[in-house]
Amino acid sequence: MSTMELHPLIGSPEAAASGYTHPNDYGYYGDFGGAYIPEMLHRNVEELQAQYLEIMSDPAFNAAFRSLLKDYVGRPTPLYHAARLSKQVGAKVYLKREDLCHTGAHKINNTIGQILLAERLGKKRIIAETGAGQHGVATATVCALKGIECIVYMGEKDIERQAPNVARMRMLGAKVVPATSGSKTLKDATNEAIRDWINNPNDTHYIIGSVVGPHPYPDMVARFQSVISEETRIQLKEQTGSELPNYVIACVGGGSNAAGAFYHFLDELSVKLVAVEAAGHGVHSGMSAATTALGKPGILHGSKSILMQTEDGQVVEPHSISAGLDYPGIGPLHAHLFASGRGIFMSATDEEALRSAFEVSKLEGIIPALETAHAFSALKELKFNANDTVVLCLSGRGDKDLATYMNAMGPQ
Amino acid sequence: MSIIKDLFNRKKERVLNVYCTAGFPELNSTIPVMKALEASGADLIELGMPYSDPLADGPVIQQSGLKALANGMTIAVLFDQLKEMRKSVSVPVILMGYMNPVLQYGFEAFCQKAAEVGVDGLILPDLPEYEFETMYGAIIKKYGLDFIFLVTPETSEKRIKKLDQLSTGFLYAVSSSSTTGSDKNMTDVSAYLKRLQSYQLQNPVLVGFGIKDKASFDAACAHASGAIIGTAYIKALESGTNVETTTAAFLNQVLQ
Ligand SMILES: Cc1ncc(COP(=O)(O)O)c(C=O)c1O
Repeated sequence: MSTMELHPLIGSPEAAASGYTHPNDYGYYGDFGGAYIPEMLHRNVEELQAQYLEIMSDPAFNAAFRSLLKDYVGRPTPLYHAARLSKQVGAKVYLKREDLCHTGAHKINNTIGQILLAERLGKKRIIAETGAGQHGVATATVCALKGIECIVYMGEKDIERQAPNVARMRMLGAKVVPATSGSKTLKDATNEAIRDWINNPNDTHYIIGSVVGPHPYPDMVARFQSVISEETRIQLKEQTGSELPNYVIACVGGGSNAAGAFYHFLDELSVKLVAVEAAGHGVHSGMSAATTALGKPGILHGSKSILMQTEDGQVVEPHSISAGLDYPGIGPLHAHLFASGRGIFMSATDEEALRSAFEVSKLEGIIPALETAHAFSALKELKFNANDTVVLCLSGRGDKDLATYMNAMGPQ
Repeated sequence: MSIIKDLFNRKKERVLNVYCTAGFPELNSTIPVMKALEASGADLIELGMPYSDPLADGPVIQQSGLKALANGMTIAVLFDQLKEMRKSVSVPVILMGYMNPVLQYGFEAFCQKAAEVGVDGLILPDLPEYEFETMYGAIIKKYGLDFIFLVTPETSEKRIKKLDQLSTGFLYAVSSSSTTGSDKNMTDVSAYLKRLQSYQLQNPVLVGFGIKDKASFDAACAHASGAIIGTAYIKALESGTNVETTTAAFLNQVLQ
């Protein structure tokens, strides 16, 4: 794969000059984005705004990033033509195997990038939030790699339902702090991480786990994750003769695996971009995390986006069986893709996701993460032509969800 | 002239601003709490609009907000409560809150209604200066409301001067880099406040975060026009049984 060496610098403005790919100087994608932060965060956020592109376009930084992705994470991840699944779906389905990344999900692409950035900025302490625990594990991992102190905020409810990942973080040397406010899930863990950052303004870098948060986080995280679609284009060309698929499908919690999977296709308007949200017990059940279906424009965690909220503007507690999708917002890039019609937004219920997880396991010998299982559910809803090329971002593996899967299988 | 400006013209030192959460401890406590604060010597009142995700607040103010929300407080309910406010409260009143609920109410409708019931100014800590200058500042001005920016010990001189230029009423100096109610000590605060004094700002400075008693109030007042108390008062209200006596006892102790 000699072409894989010709990486664009992830920080260069011309990496993909466009309307959809980049926010403006103030972090807006269309009407969404910005940096709605209290003054206490200003210096740290401004420091990032001022420096992220410069650091990320430095060839030495890129070399370090690429080298760790290759030798430590195990990239490039395969693009796998799933023959049995393709037959069932009636299209050519390719799985982008982010589940084969070290630590078992795409999250580590971002944490590798951010830990290198934090080092450049001279930070000595890392904080992060986590839902499913995948981002927490990926952060704890890179902190161990670099010997940097790591504190992970995690909702009390998620600590219970993702016990193996809590154990992994602790084994990696991270301190896991329960978030006990609100719904005790990802939103609240994010609040606590932001409050920690307010209280530790000098030595701390906050590694956000998705394309959310104040500018420049959504753009920065999308650039680190863009390696997913960068590889996909090259691999598709090799395997199909064309760089462009007809569809790219990904699940959306905050939207980082989707942002990475869409990134180099955002301005290829022939490529349909499908984002799959978690409908929980059903979109209108009152127990859902289908943000675009239920939300309105609003501000959460420092950016303007689409947000599940009451008429009075209080943030609603979402529900999903999958901790990684249990979030009442989405990143501003996705809000823009939704509002502009560039993206197709769908949702899958808890039950549909579970069913897909079991089917895919038996069809392809791959046990997907519950988050990813939502993306698989979309394959049943979309109407494909037999010749369509469909790329599905297999964002993570299902080991962490075994307790939920065992529960669903019942005693046997 | 705004009545906030008028206050600072009359009173140049030891100005006391007290924060309370609307709808706390009971839904209908809002006006009684404000009356008690005025009767007990508060010069200004900062009335917090509760929000589910108050990023800049520590546990005590968070809890008071959640209680208020559980009590049924909303911006619409609050404006209803404040309709008759000016019959019984004469000190300046500032609404403090986060952007999201205000946006849902409608930013302009919010400003209009606030001005109509007699509110004098706004503190919206997550409204950034860029959006203030390009979108929201003009609306706030249109309804004659003051707008108060925050500065912290980390804020650069250039930015402090800019935020002072954009603020009217006063400038809010956060005493340390923290969420509300933190116990960070106030030893460094005098150097920081002296630095602010040396900038010859157009607005008077009130110091907030960590002011909880006479000693911290005095320390803040040594180099600023006054201070803001929040968490300590909310704690007092939590443990007290009667709003009037609790408020009087608390403020007596601060102002003695
Ligand atoms: C495997 C996997 N996929 C997807 C997600 C959702 O995050 P995002 O929408 O940022 O990709 C998570 C989050 O924890 C995850 O672990």
